[in-house]
Amino acid sequence: MLDPYVPLVLMFVLATAFSAVSVLVAPLIGPRRYNRAKLDSYECGIEPSPQPIVGGGRTPVAYYLTAMLFILFDIEMVFLYPFAVTADALGLFGLVEIALFIATVGFAYAYVWRRGGLDWN
Amino acid sequence: MTTTAVLAQAQQRLSNAELLADDPLWLTLIKVVVLFIVVMLTLALLVWAERRVLGRLQNRPGPNRAGPFGMLQSIADALKLSLKEDIRPARADKWVYIMAPIIGGIPPFLAMAVMPFGGEVTMFGVQTALQVVDLPVGVLVVLACSSVGVYSIVLAGWSSGSPYPLLGALRSAAQVISYEIAMGLSIVGVVLFAGSLSTADIAAAQSGGWFAWILPISFVIYLISMVGETNRAPFDLPEAESELVGGFHTEYTSLKFLMFFLAEYANMVVVSAFATTLFLGGGAVPWPLSAIADNALSSGYWPLLWFGLKTALLIFGFIWARAALPRLRYDQFMKFGWKVLVPLNLVWIVAVTALRVLRNAEGVTSGQRIVIIGVAVAVLVLGSLLLPGRQVADEEPQVPLAGSGYPLPPLDLTVPTPPRQRRTVRARAEQPREAVTASGKEAGDGNA
Repeated sequence: MLDPYVPLVLMFVLATAFSAVSVLVAPLIGPRRYNRAKLDSYECGIEPSPQPIVGGGRTPVAYYLTAMLFILFDIEMVFLYPFAVTADALGLFGLVEIALFIATVGFAYAYVWRRGGLDWN
Repeated sequence: MTTTAVLAQAQQRLSNAELLADDPLWLTLIKVVVLFIVVMLTLALLVWAERRVLGRLQNRPGPNRAGPFGMLQSIADALKLSLKEDIRPARADKWVYIMAPIIGGIPPFLAMAVMPFGGEVTMFGVQTALQVVDLPVGVLVVLACSSVGVYSIVLAGWSSGSPYPLLGALRSAAQVISYEIAMGLSIVGVVLFAGSLSTADIAAAQSGGWFAWILPISFVIYLISMVGETNRAPFDLPEAESELVGGFHTEYTSLKFLMFFLAEYANMVVVSAFATTLFLGGGAVPWPLSAIADNALSSGYWPLLWFGLKTALLIFGFIWARAALPRLRYDQFMKFGWKVLVPLNLVWIVAVTALRVLRNAEGVTSGQRIVIIGVAVAVLVLGSLLLPGRQVADEEPQVPLAGSGYPLPPLDLTVPTPPRQRRTVRARAEQPREAVTASGKEAGDGNA
């Protein structure tokens, strides 16, 4: 009897092999014609804007905020799944607990909303 | 059919997990390879179908040269792409730049492996199920795969060393994670009713009624967020051509670009197949046909057909949305995800849980249930009345017009009167037309 994850591993190997081979083989079959302008970053034909060597320089802080919110709600989601599986066994106790839990996260959510963390401009 | 009868029938049948546990390795290997090939062919067909359908919707034929009805178009495109030059920009981070498309190509196939295409069949003399693997955490595998897909986008944008891909990647990541919340929360209701995270169990739990009927709000939220999750129109902001050129894959060419392209379409197939599993009963035959011969069309290899049809219908919805709806503005899109879908989802989850607890509670008569539900609805309505209304901003934030130091154009702009020569030309152009219509009318009158 196989471990239940074996098929997933097989699929992973197959998919990895396919994408790795096609990506790594590309430079071998395609033509190679050197052109300095071709290797510049594409900016619709104008001279590329100067950039720091690593990363892209500054990014709007709203993206970090979205990432933080994602973590908050992802954790909420992760707790909701096991609850949903066993909800019938927990009954009223489970309902009250999960309502309190959602309310707790709801406070953080309301705070962020009120402070304008969900607004984009 | 009563509930006990359904339960008895379910107990007679082995679950997919039990069936798959006895699979020999060679059979698993065959299934994996067949699924992989089927997904690849589906992708080739899907790219062609999308262009054809879009063409018809826009009153033009679409690709119709390569093969019958142009069906080989995507294969021709893939061949052509593979023979193109592979360019790596000078400022790109070499290894991350190469890794990003590889990472993007893997997760959709993994997610397809847990889809329950159907129940018990006999393959090469071995009793097994129409599914590659049934895990007790199948739903989490699909969600994890869609999360890993974000890495490919972010790394591609970051490593390109170019502003457009970077902005596209940031947008895309923010969008995918925002809509993943909505998507994940909409699945909670399904898990609640199915009592399991295994995809096969969820599909089997819908024999009494599809979750799309039982949980309509979850279904609608899932449908919206799956479009946001896959970066498709009308939510294809990361690839907004008018703003960001091509988005995160601007700097990619040749087969590396093809991998991103494949990943996008494969993700479409995955979310559609997942929606079929969660809400549309998996491989179960739709209602009027399910009456034939005591649901005989849901056994054997038949479920493949129904699963495929339901998935195809959802994918058609994707294409239709792309043809019919204009692209949203980014702030509207994020606002919709965070301020509408997420709170709606949370309220819906609590409501569904409460209803379920109430239904399962002992010693509560149906009259009392109605009273309790009525009280809860009344409290909600009263609570919503207490919410502050929309605040109207007294003063729009304005840029100071005078004294800012910037050169300003004249602000009392009116349409200037055209020079005399053009005015007379226009007048001459309008006059004869009136004369013609007038004379035509007279002629008509004369005939009458």
